[in-house]
Amino acid sequence: MAETVTAPPPAAPAGLAGRRGPHLVSGAMTWVLVAGLGVALVAVGIAAISIGSVNLPVGSVWRVIFAHLTGSASPDPLRDQIVWDLRAPRVLVAALVGAGLSAAGVALQALVRNPLADPYILGISSGASLGAVLVVSYGTATFAGVGVTGAAFGTALVSVIVVYVLAQRGGRLLDSRLVLAGVAVGYLCSAATSYVQLQVDPTELHGLMFWLMGSVAGATWSDLGVPAAVIAVCTLLLLLQGRNMNALMAGDDAAAGLGTSVQALRIGLLVVASLLTATSVSVVGGIGFVGLMVPHTARFLVGGDHRRVLPVATLLGAVFLVAVDIAARTADRPNELPIGIFTTGLGVPFFLWLLRRRAGGEG
Amino acid sequence: MRLVIAGVTARIEGTAIVSGVDLVAEPGSFVGLIGPNGSGKSTLLRTVYRSLRPSDGVVSLDGDDLWRMRARQAALRRAVVTQHGELSGEFSVAEVVAMGRAPHKGILERENSADRAVVEQSLERVGLAHAAERLFSTLSGGERQRALVARALAQEAPLLILDEPTNHLDVRAQLGLLDLVRSLGMTLLAALHDLDHAAAYCDHVIVLEKGRVRASGPPLEVLTPGFVAEVFGVRAHIGEHPITGRPHIAVASLT
Repeated sequence: MAETVTAPPPAAPAGLAGRRGPHLVSGAMTWVLVAGLGVALVAVGIAAISIGSVNLPVGSVWRVIFAHLTGSASPDPLRDQIVWDLRAPRVLVAALVGAGLSAAGVALQALVRNPLADPYILGISSGASLGAVLVVSYGTATFAGVGVTGAAFGTALVSVIVVYVLAQRGGRLLDSRLVLAGVAVGYLCSAATSYVQLQVDPTELHGLMFWLMGSVAGATWSDLGVPAAVIAVCTLLLLLQGRNMNALMAGDDAAAGLGTSVQALRIGLLVVASLLTATSVSVVGGIGFVGLMVPHTARFLVGGDHRRVLPVATLLGAVFLVAVDIAARTADRPNELPIGIFTTGLGVPFFLWLLRRRAGGEG
Repeated sequence: MRLVIAGVTARIEGTAIVSGVDLVAEPGSFVGLIGPNGSGKSTLLRTVYRSLRPSDGVVSLDGDDLWRMRARQAALRRAVVTQHGELSGEFSVAEVVAMGRAPHKGILERENSADRAVVEQSLERVGLAHAAERLFSTLSGGERQRALVARALAQEAPLLILDEPTNHLDVRAQLGLLDLVRSLGMTLLAALHDLDHAAAYCDHVIVLEKGRVRASGPPLEVLTPGFVAEVFGVRAHIGEHPITGRPHIAVASLT
């Protein structure tokens, strides 16, 4: 009788012993990374302003900005108009929305203790779009006194609460239910939004569609104030809750044991995530998957500590969306494509990869 | 730290899971909470974590009502190791243990060298100093539980609550963990499902059945063969452990 002799299994690779830490960037290097991202944001912002239907040299872009910041007279009125009135606001809007959606993603992922959460996947963006479209379409007659952001916030908050309730079983949130509930609520809001669109004057429809797909085109300085304030305040609030968000990662019971007021924190995170999403959506429409990709990349770099993830994610999100906006403007010149097409095109493969990786074993 | 649970009733969605439970853990003692599955052990512990508010009764630490303290104040007095040693996110072991410092820090305060020293000592006490910079998710089950005990140690609270801490651990890790927590000099309240562990390690056991206290006292007085058969539905042999000399319960099915 022949016996098969199996070779001994190859020796296990050398262990992790001796590694200084499990994260790519740790300790003081985190703040070097944050500073680097700040520099990158300025650089990509200047590049975004110089690139367009008329390409401007970086030097002249810088001179115009410098003139405005110091209050001195602008050297060239035409370039001044292009740089300061047309392009600078849209670059700033892209940066703000990128930061806001990333912060919203971080908050939602902490809230549901699941890295698959994102304002778009959970249907919150669709919810916010519905409120915004209602106000845009029916105007002040129906929603007297309610601003676009306010209405978007209202519907966003309702949709996130519905998803949150639907995704629970026995007090635990399940991956599959969360995604399904988000998709369902998202579809329902999209259907309602479509109905509203049919009621709109056909001449306004194209603009509405473009906005719904996500676009930073046409941003003006007056669009910047409210989102800047909301995103700054919300991000700051999240930063202050970094330690509590960390505790939440260990489960509700363990978080309570560590001195976190879990219910209050969850309500706070729900409100802040909805507010961030609604603000972004009311300014630029539906831009998906930023809140998924950016926080994940940030965690890949600095680990799970929210006090490091948040600053890195907000800056990275700002850099990312400004860069994507450059692509949206230059891919099909002279036409401009909705930025949401690009973020979704990048985001869906990312999402599927993440889903597969999680299904293959928690890691 | 003296823990008193007095007449506590706790409901989940209106149904009383725990009814009128009284329990005292004297300072420095190891109190075991035992009972069949579904008897309300975890639910009762949740009223001590402050994650489920009792609908009736009082939980107090050294005479102060736990549910009237601020969340942070409570965390300075009692630490928690929960049943599912889960943790999502990419945290190093040292970062997980540092979470135990949370109740000691103001909202804007960062961990300083004193905190880092506490974290290091806690890791040393549980024998995980070498794993400080590993990812928590790469630890074995037993190492994870020890890391969570280290987190509780870093909290520097005199009372430690554990919910079935030996679940899913291999036998060596189970006994290692119980030896470890026993050696910490803290007041311990632990839900245990292994009667032999309860007999060997606890000073006092409380037996829950259908949400009520069925019996309470030193393990050997409570866990008689007749009582074990009635409550747990198994035959029990109670004697001295042939190796350790500690009380030992061997069980067999009734049929």
